[in-house]
Amino acid sequence: MSDPVLDNKTPPGPLAQKWEYAKSHYKLVNPANKRKYDVIVVGAGLAGASAAATMAELGYNVKCFVYHDSPRRAHSIAAQGGINAAKNYQNDGDSIFRLFYDTVKGGDYRSRESNVHRLAELSVDIIDQAVAQGVPFAREYGGLLENRSFGGVQVSRTFYARGQTGQQLLLGAFQALERQIGLGRVKMYNRHEMLDVVIVDGQAKGIVTRNLMNGAIEAHASDAVVLATGGYANVFYLSTNAKASNATAIWRAYKRGAYFANPCYTQIHPTCIPQSGDYQSKLTLMSESLRNDGRIWVPKSKGDTRPPLQIPESERDYYLERKYPSFGNLAPRDIASRAAKEVCDEGRGIGPSGRGVYLDFADAIKRLGRNVIKELYGNLFEMYHDITAENPYEVPMRIYPAPHYTMGGLWVDYNLMSTVPGLYVAGEANFSDHGANRLGASALMQGLADGYFVVPVTIGDYLAGQLGKKVSADRPEFAQTIASVNDRVSRLIGAKGTRSVDSYHRELGGIMWEYCGMARSAEGLKKAIGLVRDLRDKYWRDVKVLGTNEEPNQALEKAGRVADFFELAELMCIDALHRNESCGGHFRVEYQTADGEAQRNDDEYLYVGAWEYTGDNSEPRLHKEPLTYEEVKLATRSYK
Amino acid sequence: MDLKLHVWRQASADSQGVFKDYDAKGISPDASFLEMLDVVNESLIERGEQPIHFEHDCREGICGSCGMMINGVAHGPIRGTATCQLHMRHFKDGDEVWVEPWRARAFPVIKDLIVDRSPLDKIIAAGGFISLNTGSAPEANDTPIPKVVQERAMDAAACIQCGACVAQCPNGAAQLFTAAKVSHLGLLPQGQPERHQRVLKMVEVMEDYFGSCTLFRECEAVCPKKISVDFIARLNRDYLAAQLKSR
Repeated sequence: MSDPVLDNKTPPGPLAQKWEYAKSHYKLVNPANKRKYDVIVVGAGLAGASAAATMAELGYNVKCFVYHDSPRRAHSIAAQGGINAAKNYQNDGDSIFRLFYDTVKGGDYRSRESNVHRLAELSVDIIDQAVAQGVPFAREYGGLLENRSFGGVQVSRTFYARGQTGQQLLLGAFQALERQIGLGRVKMYNRHEMLDVVIVDGQAKGIVTRNLMNGAIEAHASDAVVLATGGYANVFYLSTNAKASNATAIWRAYKRGAYFANPCYTQIHPTCIPQSGDYQSKLTLMSESLRNDGRIWVPKSKGDTRPPLQIPESERDYYLERKYPSFGNLAPRDIASRAAKEVCDEGRGIGPSGRGVYLDFADAIKRLGRNVIKELYGNLFEMYHDITAENPYEVPMRIYPAPHYTMGGLWVDYNLMSTVPGLYVAGEANFSDHGANRLGASALMQGLADGYFVVPVTIGDYLAGQLGKKVSADRPEFAQTIASVNDRVSRLIGAKGTRSVDSYHRELGGIMWEYCGMARSAEGLKKAIGLVRDLRDKYWRDVKVLGTNEEPNQALEKAGRVADFFELAELMCIDALHRNESCGGHFRVEYQTADGEAQRNDDEYLYVGAWEYTGDNSEPRLHKEPLTYEEVKLATRSYK
Repeated sequence: MDLKLHVWRQASADSQGVFKDYDAKGISPDASFLEMLDVVNESLIERGEQPIHFEHDCREGICGSCGMMINGVAHGPIRGTATCQLHMRHFKDGDEVWVEPWRARAFPVIKDLIVDRSPLDKIIAAGGFISLNTGSAPEANDTPIPKVVQERAMDAAACIQCGACVAQCPNGAAQLFTAAKVSHLGLLPQGQPERHQRVLKMVEVMEDYFGSCTLFRECEAVCPKKISVDFIARLNRDYLAAQLKSR
């Protein structure tokens, strides 16, 4: 069952002038009135911290909520490789249009043209902003900014700060946020987890949080709410996300009326350290930048267990270079990941589990010297060494794909407002810019574009109409929402079952990885839906959460997050099942070309699938936002 | 491998803490220290005892959430390594391991191994930034920065605010943390206009919460990002210059 067309509020005019048009036509809030508005920001990663700081600079009263002990812990901090910007400093033919085009193509033609073009336009401002904040990007000897290339494109447009680009950009945003906290314009709520949105007369007017120190369930009223709470790759249990990263904020918003778009678009990153045992709690990413100089290979013959250095050149299969001669090891993530799975499925995988491929730096070290490699990737090599006890200067790294990023998220219009008026969604939490596959070094760009430049401007257009419509937390809607949060918490603690939260999460992750991971089939997805439902029912009866609500209780925190992952997992499978095509990170085995590439079906699936919650015991309703391309020509992605 | 753990358990800020003994059995040498605690926690839950609470998140050594005293050393025996990146291959079968929360007056215990490190954010809020409103930045390449300066700033900016420096310091001083941020911004041309004001304000707040630095240099020894005490010398110079200037 589906309802067509969502109004995405894309402004009129030629693509390159839409953002200018929009900015010129938004309603404005009088500077003297801005302090009368309270805006809640949930999350303080790149999108949240930058949005909170910038809105405070503009004069709004901002309240910012994070579950960490400090806003600087957000998982954006772990991004390694870099951030794209169409500066064309390298004079290699880059342009805003080219960045826009690469991003739409990389996303396998499943993203919204207008949003992506705005992203490409803003990319250059982000670099200026970050440098002015003191972000120590890599530089040439002449003192000017240096770039490197990243997967899926043929220009060098990626700015980086060693292997810690996310950290440095986040510190820039964090410092801007701390400045506003010091000035008293942002009130910071650390160790507070958002557990619900409060809707009053159809509009988002606040949130309910749990104080992680003492369990107090509290309501906070505001004129608008911005969710910048990241992605949901932890639905797979083992992912590159931080342990606490979760979907609760966006999932609660979904259950309060925000549509969830393209939940099945998940990114499996090709270069992660393979799993080594059952105790494993997470997977570690090795930056994609390594593919600039590392060559990926497996033995040509099955079951070849010789150590890598004993396998002669003639018996190695550099499969990415063989299959995609023009992009080689720099093929986009979805393609590189699937190719790795394929060679492992053929029995040519390496390492103890047979689920791994080599990423080899021997040639690069010969060509550039050990010192250059050390300067480029030293900290990544060290990290690899710490984890595996193997020295990548001497032996090739072992890598395997792992869940890393989720392109899906809450549906937003051009202004980044969800289907709930007053509820904005920024960064990975929304679905907006990456289509069915995100290119490397684009996540940092999107988070900061949303937070610094989009939400602080677009939110004024909404708030201008809210003058004098402030609601207080005395309204019954707040008490009702608090009651429903309390009820969930008591049910989790009251289950007093037999198995830990982690054991259930691990089992759920196993199901999702098996049936909704790198390769999906209708049969498998149907099976997964049944398995997830059964396990969820069992979870609510049998989960074991010790302790009480009224104390710091990490098991209880996890229990609520995993409960929401169960529901989201089901929606991911439903979405994957309905999309009878392969595109980007969504690969349905029934829909592939003769040589195993993703086969899109533009006639039937050229739309954003946005799901509406209709109740716990009824099917979600699908709404379609058709994708129309003015500038981009639909084509089969080719990286050959 | 099997280990004998002595772990500090404390139910809340005002309750009495105590070391409790646990057996960590069948631990893989490839597991991280936190994964070893995960295994112990699963066995605790099984027998109805609350799991050991500890902070952690990215488990890649970058978020700065984790940290505990392991046999009396912040982040344990391996240099330049956060607790989450400490692997069990550095321990031997049968080892006894003492696990405690950060020990510093400025970091009161919240529960078990979790402490309150919020004073560190207060130092940043006092001046650890470059004052700039979004949108007003000049073109990025207008100001060249010598590569050596940028590299040096990056060395300082690598701080993950874990608090190990404070925890290891016999005085509970936060000099290395503050010095890293003051130096990161003070080295760059963009940080010059506020350089003196910044150091005065940050040091003032630092001294409200933390002990004084007497150059034990234990901070440097345990810093997971190997941040050098040279930055403390730089902080002291900047502070002195700022004081003279402000007179």
